Amino acid sequence: MSSGEVKLIGAWASPFVMRPRVALNLKSVPYEFLQETFGSKSELLLKSNPVHKKIPVLLHADKPVCESNIIVEYIDETWSSSGPSILPSHPYDRAMARFWAAYIDEKWFGALRNFLKAEGEEEKKAVIAQMEEGNALLEKAFIDCSKGKPFFNGDNIGYLDISLGSFLAWLRVTELTASHKLLDEAKTPSLCKWAELFCNDPAVKPVMPETAKLAEFAKKIFAKPQA
Amino acid sequence: MAERSDTEEVKLLGMWASPFSRRIEVALTLKGVPYEFSEQDITNKSSLLLQLNPVYKMIPVLVHNGKPISESLVILEYIDDTWRNNPILPQDPCERATARFLAKLIDQQICVAAMKVVGKVGEERDAAVEATRDLLMFLEKELVGKDFFGGRSLGFVDIVATLVAFWLMRTEDLLGVKVVPVELFPEIHRWVKNLLGNDVIKKCIPPKDEHLAYIRARMDKLNLKSA
Repeated sequence: MSSGEVKLIGAWASPFVMRPRVALNLKSVPYEFLQETFGSKSELLLKSNPVHKKIPVLLHADKPVCESNIIVEYIDETWSSSGPSILPSHPYDRAMARFWAAYIDEKWFGALRNFLKAEGEEEKKAVIAQMEEGNALLEKAFIDCSKGKPFFNGDNIGYLDISLGSFLAWLRVTELTASHKLLDEAKTPSLCKWAELFCNDPAVKPVMPETAKLAEFAKKIFAKPQA
Repeated sequence: MAERSDTEEVKLLGMWASPFSRRIEVALTLKGVPYEFSEQDITNKSSLLLQLNPVYKMIPVLVHNGKPISESLVILEYIDDTWRNNPILPQDPCERATARFLAKLIDQQICVAAMKVVGKVGEERDAAVEATRDLLMFLEKELVGKDFFGGRSLGFVDIVATLVAFWLMRTEDLLGVKVVPVELFPEIHRWVKNLLGNDVIKKCIPPKDEHLAYIRARMDKLNLKSA
């Protein structure tokens, strides 16, 4: 079941693509990274994800798996005997991990993206307030899920760590642009500690985009066309 | 009074006309899990609901042994993880990934597209109908050669897709526009007939006349055009 060539269609700057890369690293699964060019979509991508035409797409023995969190679960289930468990083992803990992962993608990320697009001080202030509300929820979620351990998943990084951690580079770029700390030691002390540990994890380090490089890239993609 | 063991206490906060609430009832019934149903007034939310789902303040909420779980897809997976008889999700990781993908497609895309059909008129409505049909085609193709999305018996996608069978397709009568005509979607129509032959489904879906009356009343309240 776990045999067969593994390829991942993605892009270095995408937080969604980072998720399966961390998962594959955790399971020590070698894979070929097929980098998409920004602004265009390859034939392979369009064929492998005809519904959404989006990255990441995992190809395992040529069978496509789409949607980043779904791919992470697939990796955990397929290479279950290799490396640590990515999803928690207790059903309630699994439900909490899935609940917060869905919250991150559906609400929290929306606020982050709105910030990057926001124009004018008023709009930026409103989005920062929204983000800080979300961060407070996640700070509490971390305390509940981690139960005193270093990660959402306990002793090792897992599904929810990957889900939130994949946004850290973009979060740092946002902090630079705003000159405002979004994860700050006073308001979200646990998340700050967690963020540093996550970024230094050996499964994460090789695939976490460099802040400076990402900031340049962000400038390019969010640049307003000259009048 | 007889002693009651509270180790298996299951309570569902829901609403009789909500597809998200009804799908939980299908899952619990399929597994033979006894539960207490608490009908919620979503126009005047109870303090219990607000306490149990502070993040979204929505139904359904499953409470198991005093612990609340929100978000219907998260609840469905929790039910499958906790009560292992009559599995809802398939065993094979690739099939599980496909099931999760289709569930997300239904809730995040098809549901949203279908709401636009209800909310718009004229050309905008026509465009919304087209968009919904394009998405439904993915479900149509998935059903070829199968009695249910789950194969020979009800599965995760069938449970989630009751939203299409008994909410979208029932609303068609009221809209005076066939979003899902049998000529374009013969497999979906065949599948709905199969659903209607299933005892669990028959028990758990809202009674048709009351349901249509409710939808019509809501549409009138929102000043939406009904046939």
